[in-house]
Amino acid sequence: MSLTFLLLAIALLCALSFFFGRQRAVGLSGGRYSNLHSLPVHYGVYTALWCGLPALFIVMVWYGFQGTIIQALIVADLPDSLTSDPGQLSLALNSIGLLSEGRGAHLAGAAPELIDAGRRLANLKSIASGALVVVMVCGALLGLIFSYRKITKDMRARNNVERIARGLMMICSAIAILSTVGIVFSLMFESLQFFTKISPLDFLFGLEWSPQTAIRADQVASEGAFGMIPLFVGTLLITFIAMCVAVPVGLFSAIYMGEYASPKFRAVAKPALEILAGVPTVVYGFFAALTVAPFIRNQGSLLGLDVSSESALAAGLVMGLMIIPFVSSLSDDVMSQVPQSLRDGSYGLGATKSETIRNVIFPAALPGIVGAVLLAVSRAVGETMIVVMAAGLAANMTANPLQAVTTVTVQIVTLLVGDQEFDSAKTLSAFALGLVLFLVTLGLNVFALKIVKKYREKYD
Amino acid sequence: MAVVTARAMTDGTSAQAPKMAVRKLDLFYGESQALYEVDLDIAEKQVTALIGPSGCGKSTFLRCLNRMNDTIDGVTIKGNVTLDDRDIYDKAIDVVQLRARIGMVFQKPNPFPKSIYDNVAYGPRIHGLVNSRDELDEVVMTSLEKAGLIKEVKDRMAEPATGLSGGQQQRLCIARAVAVSPEVILMDEPCSALDPIATAKVEELIDELRSNYTIVIVTHSMQQAARVSQRTAFFHLGKLVEVGDTDQIFTNPKDERTKGYITGRFG
Repeated sequence: MSLTFLLLAIALLCALSFFFGRQRAVGLSGGRYSNLHSLPVHYGVYTALWCGLPALFIVMVWYGFQGTIIQALIVADLPDSLTSDPGQLSLALNSIGLLSEGRGAHLAGAAPELIDAGRRLANLKSIASGALVVVMVCGALLGLIFSYRKITKDMRARNNVERIARGLMMICSAIAILSTVGIVFSLMFESLQFFTKISPLDFLFGLEWSPQTAIRADQVASEGAFGMIPLFVGTLLITFIAMCVAVPVGLFSAIYMGEYASPKFRAVAKPALEILAGVPTVVYGFFAALTVAPFIRNQGSLLGLDVSSESALAAGLVMGLMIIPFVSSLSDDVMSQVPQSLRDGSYGLGATKSETIRNVIFPAALPGIVGAVLLAVSRAVGETMIVVMAAGLAANMTANPLQAVTTVTVQIVTLLVGDQEFDSAKTLSAFALGLVLFLVTLGLNVFALKIVKKYREKYD
Repeated sequence: MAVVTARAMTDGTSAQAPKMAVRKLDLFYGESQALYEVDLDIAEKQVTALIGPSGCGKSTFLRCLNRMNDTIDGVTIKGNVTLDDRDIYDKAIDVVQLRARIGMVFQKPNPFPKSIYDNVAYGPRIHGLVNSRDELDEVVMTSLEKAGLIKEVKDRMAEPATGLSGGQQQRLCIARAVAVSPEVILMDEPCSALDPIATAKVEELIDELRSNYTIVIVTHSMQQAARVSQRTAFFHLGKLVEVGDTDQIFTNPKDERTKGYITGRFG
């Protein structure tokens, strides 16, 4: 019984209950809806919710526990020789799963207890799905009957529906928040594993990054060095270059758009600028790698500079380009929030437009602009695609923008791409890097939002 | 209408030439007309009050006098406004310098989010009125003194102006306008956001400023117009209905509409 079918069935039951609930309310009203506390449609929705929500809840819980319970039943019947070793057990369970779905042709010669277990598994699964339908329909009908009997002329269906709706919204926001928490926890657990292999001090303050370690004991390879400082230096260098482009260009374009441009021009130019924000980062990436980087190298060689073909400069410039609309639209917002009365006050004293912007609007909007810039920085720090394509992989610790550098995000990508062993320090270090990166951007965002908020309270 | 404007023109009581003169002023917001053929003389070193019901165009008129309407899109103006016999809408006039000669105080106190000192110093700084820090200190002090604020703020010049009370903020805005040494000060309902005590202080201040500045004040309070002004102009539906000595307007208005408004029958 597929999930789609179950959901369709629930929808159908809801529609039926809506109809019943509404009919009952109409019947009770004696033809005049004003006799009822709520509109008939509220009674309909009320019964529909009472029917659909228990059913949905049952389905969710069932799917949540079905797998674990069935597996426990199967494992209980397996011989000890298989269950004592976790590796063996997971292999056996895998084969049983395949056999139960009739896909285990290559396992024809498997042990008889596995084939038995496969049959049992198929059996249990079909029983479970049948039982689920029965339980679900029972739940739905119980809900329907319960709510149907509760409907009276004075029942406050409207208020009840509102309360249920509020609960549903609360659940939605809980999902958003909990998934964030979940991500953080998964990062944390993997990082803790990493820190059992590599000391946190070496990781946080080490000056060398070369994560190649021996996979097998007999292999000849370097020890592997996991100092994240070079990666953060690279990240900061590229972010700095990006901000050097994005802040002045974004800010001045915001001032022009907000204060000088005619409404007609703004109507065309603002969306055009915001298209920049809609370009996929991978497109920026190959623009940086194929157009900007060779251009910089050629110009550099004309000047007699030694520019590597993958340079921090190319990645930083293109990333700055990407962030321009971010800076400009946020600072445009904060500057347009500066009250007209302040502008009038300045004009009334005989200030010109640029004097007014420089001396009144800009200082008043400064906290908000700083907030916008910090948000842009955290965006730049977390950006991956452009640097993967344009900045290179060499973990050089350098402040020279003409050399190849690498960033935290690039290293995370390279650590996890391809076949990897999931318990080696090399792979786990990606999680530790991710955790540190997360903390940095989180800190920046919190700081930025705080500044923006403080600014918002300043007027009115 | 012709009769009324003729009266308004001939009714000028001040012997000397007016500081500002407005002739046949029409103003349009896009298509809709907000002012109709307004003729008004503003006498030097007197307080002229503009009264009338909401939306009658008195604030719009006030903003014509220092070309603040230029900052609003879609406003067109016909007619003449002169300051010392020079047309302020002439192309040769620099609007920035004009506004330095005709200062403005707004309805809601609007101090800049800067220190008290920097607020008053704003005008002198941008216009380069002073050459040294000492001179600037001097200008700031005298302006605050003229605005009657010096005692309250002299120990807190570096504090943000937004921390002052509403009445203090409004007097700071007056000090800020005075610091540029304007010839005319326009006030757009300067007391409407203030409590009675702060209002009394500002009114007193207006009376003192009269000896040095020409003042035009828009007000909704007829008592205020009666208390502070020497001449009063009554606006209704974008037209200047009647203008004359304040005593005469309030005791013996010539127009029925003026009479109706000041006795509270409409508006």
